Amino acid sequence: MSTQTPPTHSLFEYAPAPESRSIVDIAPSYGLFVDGEFVDGSGTPLKTVNPATEEVLSEVPTATDADVDRAVRAARRAFTRVWGPMRPADRGKYLFRIARLLQERAREFAVLESLDNGKPIRESRDVDVPLAAAHFFYHAGWADKLDWAGLGPGPRPLGVAGQVIPWNFPLLMLAWKVAPALATGNTVVLKPAETTPLTALLFAEVCRQADLPPGVVNIVTGAGETGRAVVEHEDVDKVAFTGSTEVGRSIARSVAGTRKRLTLELGGKAANIVFDDAPIDQAVEGIVQGIFFNQGHVCCAGSRLLVQESVHEEVIASLQRRIGTLRLGDPLDKNTDIGAINSAEQLARIRELSDIGEAEGANRWQPACELPERGYWFPPTVFTDVSPAHRIARDEVFGPVLSVLTFRTPDEAVAKANNTTYGLSAGIWTEKGSRILAIADRLRAGVVWANTFNKFDPTSPFGGYKQSGYGHEGGRHGLAAYLEGGQ
Amino acid sequence: MSPDRLAVRKTYKLYVNGAFPRSESGRTYEVADAKGAFLANAAWASRKDARDAVVAARGAFAKWSGATAYNRGQVLYRVAEVMEGRHAQFCEEVAAGEGLSSSRARAAVDAAIDRWVWYAGWTDKLGALLGGANPVAGPYFDFSLPEPTGVVAVLAPQRSSLLGLVSVLAPVLTGGNTAVVVTSRARPLPAVTLGEVLATSDVPAGVANLLTGDAAEIGPWLAEHDDVDAIDLTGAPADRAMELERLAAGSIKRVVRPPAEEPDWSADPGLTRLTPFLETKTVWHPIGL
Repeated sequence: MSTQTPPTHSLFEYAPAPESRSIVDIAPSYGLFVDGEFVDGSGTPLKTVNPATEEVLSEVPTATDADVDRAVRAARRAFTRVWGPMRPADRGKYLFRIARLLQERAREFAVLESLDNGKPIRESRDVDVPLAAAHFFYHAGWADKLDWAGLGPGPRPLGVAGQVIPWNFPLLMLAWKVAPALATGNTVVLKPAETTPLTALLFAEVCRQADLPPGVVNIVTGAGETGRAVVEHEDVDKVAFTGSTEVGRSIARSVAGTRKRLTLELGGKAANIVFDDAPIDQAVEGIVQGIFFNQGHVCCAGSRLLVQESVHEEVIASLQRRIGTLRLGDPLDKNTDIGAINSAEQLARIRELSDIGEAEGANRWQPACELPERGYWFPPTVFTDVSPAHRIARDEVFGPVLSVLTFRTPDEAVAKANNTTYGLSAGIWTEKGSRILAIADRLRAGVVWANTFNKFDPTSPFGGYKQSGYGHEGGRHGLAAYLEGGQ
Repeated sequence: MSPDRLAVRKTYKLYVNGAFPRSESGRTYEVADAKGAFLANAAWASRKDARDAVVAARGAFAKWSGATAYNRGQVLYRVAEVMEGRHAQFCEEVAAGEGLSSSRARAAVDAAIDRWVWYAGWTDKLGALLGGANPVAGPYFDFSLPEPTGVVAVLAPQRSSLLGLVSVLAPVLTGGNTAVVVTSRARPLPAVTLGEVLATSDVPAGVANLLTGDAAEIGPWLAEHDDVDAIDLTGAPADRAMELERLAAGSIKRVVRPPAEEPDWSADPGLTRLTPFLETKTVWHPIGL
């Protein structure tokens, strides 16, 4: 066998294979979903754009304090009169219906998600939407089995849950929030992210198709002020937030001294640790999956690669070769690996932190990669020679930017991995089973992926250590966040 | 004791990192019995003492959290054994401080000792109860286990000086956390004696640190300390609880809010004081040939 210089570009040319957007019917404007009806909002409407083209997709209302108040009242009424007293098995049946409706309309949701968010259709189709349906299916089964959840006999719902979700997995985060809340007998007021409201509004339509009683799910669109109104509403019993640590902190302050229960799923700066005995090809796939999945807009992204010194060159060479084959472009193209950055604001932050990375002395590498002329794009980026003190090793970039650090001993790997205020996730790559368990044991992170990365499942509790937040979503653990006596 | 013998009195000090220092501030305050008669001068812990205690607790965390559950259980059971040997002393201190009859003081001490026994038996069962394998839809082995949160600051109850104290401290240690405790301000003496018990029960130095002093004064420093992972506000003054919770938000601490009123500590605590100081770690690994 002769040795060849590995190609730095794609081996094959691919003909475009765009998914048709005709399956979705986007209205020029939407209302808030309150008490089972679409109603006007009182604030200045927001335009939501396709980040891949900057085309305006639709206009959604901004819910004011008064609008949020109406939604919370509707949720309270539904909790007191309908959803709370309902037979648990019937609550479960509604959730099963929703799961099935999401499956039936999966393609529509996937296309709409990719249009509004910018993520590749391959991911919205194969990950976001199926997992969202799975979350409803899983929690549907819990509704009449809560006595067995290990939280004591007859656990009671909290009441009205105010939920605020981010733009990176709009429908999936909705499912993570709404499914456990409803299964445990609570009603919800949910605020989707400012830049990605459309699948939540399509979900409202699903609630109507399921004949879900009015007021059980209420969806209020808007920006930070609307989120604040939801969180601070005095008749909300439970606040669930996924987003930045900074906003999480302010929410924790605002619920201080109240009776509200709080769960927070915040930022991360996960270490992905590659030992010298790792299967390098698999590890490289895992590194790529860890940081470039969803353009790196993932709180648990493997954004700090820790490579054992002896395999550093080999791993980086292989990684660069692999990154050279990633296809960036039209999110609706089924061949696309990397879609658009969700917003101009996020693109500016990624650019700023990358520039700081270079200014602080790290080496930036990007593949030859043509960026579309319109829309928000950032090429997959690898920084080497990163020191633990660099901003790109400490701050959450929330983009397709990987910082590579090295280590010599397992102790050093653990010390570097834990050297962060975050503690959401981590990765380990080694063929040695005892080493996996020893390292996993010492990592201060809520989810540890060994010889894999970025895997999610409704049966598997997800949640952070340290400043990545508290509380869990998924599994038996996730129910506790919505029941009296649970933590 | 012969009637003409002059008693040797004890100097009540802090318990930090396995040693009994005075407050670095040199401050003390008078502790009186329930009728107002002088009992002792207790060390009045300062901000620096609190910070030293956090350093000690962080330093002890790896060893304590890394100990086997069986080992932790035996150590906590040993605490009960050593307390039992000092039963009379605890009864005297609790009766004086809380103004209880000797039979009620005895009941409180009995319950405090039994609580250590109860928690000692929990250490090696939490994993099975709170963890398990998750049947994910794919070729992965996926399991979740409880792990300790880290360094926990505890503002101990103000009224129940021993049973209340043990009821908040023992569950923190049971889960594998290390603790910095601010004792009841007015009734700190049983806590100091408990420190002497902990020091002789194979509890590693730094695992439990007891500061006598004022929760209203020390609480904010612990609530905002970036190296404290969780705070139990049970003994916080009612008018300061909100401020303390706000300070704790700065580093996303886990917070146990104070009850409206100090509870009846003799009631079965269930898991309510264990789970707030436990994290859940979930590990995935592919299944394949």
